[in-house]
Amino acid sequence: MKRENIKFIQGNEACVEGALYAGLDFFAGYPITPSTEITELLSYRLPRKGGKFIQMEDEIASMSAIIGASLTGSKVMTATSGPGFSLMQEALGYAIMTEIPCVIVNVQRGGPSTGIPTHVSQGDVYQARWGTHGDHAIVTITASNHQDVFETTVDAFNISETYRTPVILLYDEVVGHTRERLIVPEQGELPLVERLRTSVREGVDYHPYLPREDGRLPMSDFGGVHRYNVTGLFHDMWGFPSDNPKIVHDLLRHLVDKIQNNVNQIARFKEYYLEDAECILISYGSSARSANHVVVSRRPRGERLGLLELQTLWPFPYDLVREKCANAKYVVVVEMNMGQILQEVRKAVDRPEKVFLANRIDGVFITPTDIRNILRVIQGKGV
Amino acid sequence: MAKPKLKEHVINREWCKGCGICVHFCPKDVLELDDADKVFAARRSDCICCKMCELRCPDLAIEIEIEEDGQ
Amino acid sequence: MAIKDYLRERFFPHIWCPGCGHGIVLNSLLRTIEKLGMSKNEIVMVSGIGCSSRISGYVDFHTLHTIHGRALAFATGVKMSLPELNVIVPMGDGDALAIGGNHFIHAARRNIDLTAIIMNNRIYGMTGGQYSPLSGYGTMATTAPYTNIDHDFDIAELAMAAGATFVARSTTYHVQQLTKILKQAILHEGFSVVEVLSQCPTYFGRKNQMGSAADMMEYYKNNTTSIGSKAKKENPDLIERGVFVEKEMPEYCSEYDKIIERAMA
Repeated sequence: MKRENIKFIQGNEACVEGALYAGLDFFAGYPITPSTEITELLSYRLPRKGGKFIQMEDEIASMSAIIGASLTGSKVMTATSGPGFSLMQEALGYAIMTEIPCVIVNVQRGGPSTGIPTHVSQGDVYQARWGTHGDHAIVTITASNHQDVFETTVDAFNISETYRTPVILLYDEVVGHTRERLIVPEQGELPLVERLRTSVREGVDYHPYLPREDGRLPMSDFGGVHRYNVTGLFHDMWGFPSDNPKIVHDLLRHLVDKIQNNVNQIARFKEYYLEDAECILISYGSSARSANHVVVSRRPRGERLGLLELQTLWPFPYDLVREKCANAKYVVVVEMNMGQILQEVRKAVDRPEKVFLANRIDGVFITPTDIRNILRVIQGKGV
Repeated sequence: MAKPKLKEHVINREWCKGCGICVHFCPKDVLELDDADKVFAARRSDCICCKMCELRCPDLAIEIEIEEDGQ
Repeated sequence: MAIKDYLRERFFPHIWCPGCGHGIVLNSLLRTIEKLGMSKNEIVMVSGIGCSSRISGYVDFHTLHTIHGRALAFATGVKMSLPELNVIVPMGDGDALAIGGNHFIHAARRNIDLTAIIMNNRIYGMTGGQYSPLSGYGTMATTAPYTNIDHDFDIAELAMAAGATFVARSTTYHVQQLTKILKQAILHEGFSVVEVLSQCPTYFGRKNQMGSAADMMEYYKNNTTSIGSKAKKENPDLIERGVFVEKEMPEYCSEYDKIIERAMA
């Protein structure tokens, strides 16, 4: 490994490295704590490789601009935090409806509202799933350490291009601002998915929204030989508005099924000591670091703890969770919110009454001690 | 250049919505709306081929076809 | 008509009401594009939401029908990532100046090479006739049943103050001037704003007893004048038509290309 590939940087910068590695062409963003570093770094790094950066007037404009850019064939990304993420919801729904690849980074901070800009929370999990109106599916991925931030960022671009969908990278302030080592792989080490472009020739009818037999939808760049319409209204396979019940039904099913039917392909997770675990901790993002520490430190003392670290939050891998927790006596979800993934885990397992919450919601990073104390209470041992 | 000679008022009755703009602004009062509220050239020979009806039609429903004069 | 080549004819007759000014804007715009001899593949039309914004569905270009008020933001992304494209952005008055006001100001400020066409019919037509920021004091609308107490503002002034380098106004009556102005606007390398005073006979016209579509166009004929004309001096209430500003300033995408050059050096 080359010396210059070893970096000691913030998680936000690891995300930037991942995006550039994946082939980011265009970034539009707006400053907001604790994601601003991503925007600043890209303003510096992108033009150095011929890419384009613009600071827009607000988050709505940022999300809109990247969608426009994606249509011309660019790989695009924006980055924000809670309040900005709220602003982006309408345009995010537009990208879902129009099946335009893009990556949205939300480095979570305390909310709701202005909340606590410089402190951590994981309160936006449900917003990532349901923030935009209407029935829809979304892909949301997170990571707990910088190497994973890098890889999940590359993965986000790949998933985005594969399924023609926006992908949300839901990091958090602790991961974003912590400094640790990152090893940047050589080009070619991690697979990259390029946009699938149509092979339909000029002059031949191109349908932007007609899936191939394998379910994929080839795209055609704006400015190219195929002229078509893109609209947020329900539309036919040519992209023209329609309120025909069959068209509406089929399109909605397609938008949801293309993600939900690929849960297993999209699921990313890490597991530690699950095979014989009596108590399984389920966690994600920076919380998983503390959860991991609890497992790793308690194991030598004979406690049969295990950790399932989720990286893909949406679509939620219910089958995976049920399967991994089948033999556990009880499950403890560790997160810094009032129990969002908790509810999904309860839906997944056979005995939801055996799922507990170890959380922290005061802006302070949840520590192994916090988790251990809550485990003791759950185990009936008091504090 | 010779004065344009009218060949035909090409009217698309499917597109015409009978808004009356062309009728109102025709400088020579050539056009009228029929019983179906579609435009027609009532006084065809008065047409001076100014094309203002064609330029102002919101429905692109009327076109003034000029006689080819070999120029 | 050669301009029919630029249409998606299978969607005609279009959805606009009889006499709607937007059809006249479409008419003029297509003649402009024909005069310019532009290729269909080089044009991207980005619109927002509303009757005006439906125009993009009717033209055979790369068309992007976006969300209410955000057309200029989408267009900025399109243009910046592929500056060779000719990006035209037709929007309604509410779409561009109410919900979209902020994006309008900043697109102008950046002087990015887009052509914004404000189809100003002073109303929210598609949703049934609510007042817009351009309706004006004393007018009637479904959400101003006791008359409107909102004052309107001068779009051209706003555009100029924000930094637009081509600002012009015409009306659906003055179609020949409109076509000329649209040509200048599209050719201009920088942010161009063309305000077109248009008519909504169905809502604004009826609610404010302005007669038929033709009557509303007569109103524009009689109540507008050329910029700086004698008539304007005598009657300051007349609305000025023409080109207010046309100046050469560094265009945003070319400025950014210079940044890339510097960054890569």
